[in-house]
Amino acid sequence: MTQSADKLIIGGREFTSRLMVGTGKYATFEQTARALEMSGAEIITVAVRRVNLDRSKESLLDYIDLKKYTLLPNTAGCYTADDAVRTCRLAREAGMSDFVKLEVLGDEKTLFPDNEELLKAAKILVAEGFTVLPYCSDDVIVCKKLEDLGCVAVMPLGAPIGSGLGIRNPYNIRIILENVSVPVIVDAGVGCASDAAIAMELGCAGVLMNTAIAGAQDPIAMAEAMKLAVIAGRLSFKAGRIPRKLYANASSPLDGLIG
Amino acid sequence: MQIVLNGERMDAVGCSTVGSLLQQLGINRERVAIELNADIVPKAEYEKQLLSDGDKIEIVQFVGGG
Repeated sequence: MTQSADKLIIGGREFTSRLMVGTGKYATFEQTARALEMSGAEIITVAVRRVNLDRSKESLLDYIDLKKYTLLPNTAGCYTADDAVRTCRLAREAGMSDFVKLEVLGDEKTLFPDNEELLKAAKILVAEGFTVLPYCSDDVIVCKKLEDLGCVAVMPLGAPIGSGLGIRNPYNIRIILENVSVPVIVDAGVGCASDAAIAMELGCAGVLMNTAIAGAQDPIAMAEAMKLAVIAGRLSFKAGRIPRKLYANASSPLDGLIG
Repeated sequence: MQIVLNGERMDAVGCSTVGSLLQQLGINRERVAIELNADIVPKAEYEKQLLSDGDKIEIVQFVGGG
């Protein structure tokens, strides 16, 4: 299997990279642009916020080649279905694309999804023709409901947003993978490259992260590490790992030993 | 005429339409989305969409985010 043949298809669009990255929390826009470049990501998330009426301020989009990336506007900061839907409508108008990362949060401390509001918003957005990628709990029932509503992917969290705790419940992710047919993308919780590789080795279609790169001591280097980890994890999954055994199994032949 | 722009009251002098407001603010219309009294104003209607006293306008753009 070549890497080029292993495309990620979301909402009818083909992508080569399985790493999606956020654009928040970087020190500068130049650093954002360089990290995006090194990550190899083709899908990048953005937030929707009021314009700064001070014209001297530069904008993120001045630094990003929009021909190279698919923008995935998020509904970060929305705590109700109504606010999330309103934000998505604005995002579509601003970006002229139907892709949205839907998140409806339940609580400021955990930033865990409010699944009830999330399902409500997803239903409205799908009916309005949006291509919906929902950030959700690592709960197969919620994921199945989101799939049934017409979401093109599900994006369960590995751990709380920005926590860097890694994939805390790989068994839940596996259960989701076995029970939904849309791409499963781990969104949130990744702290380092091995976390990203673990998500991919579980069989996830992709990984979405922001803080793990932007908050690293060297974000540019971490962006490259994440790119390689996602590729390695995917290859490892496709290659098929050996079964786990409790006892040793010699790698060298037993025949022909001296003595 | 007074409007509420992104939550702030302001005098909209010489801005009869959404298009003229954007021009006065120096905002690149390709990169924003606009709500007038909670309804989206499509880009094609910026020049036609008249403003009235007390209108609530939101102008948003994409910023860095996860």
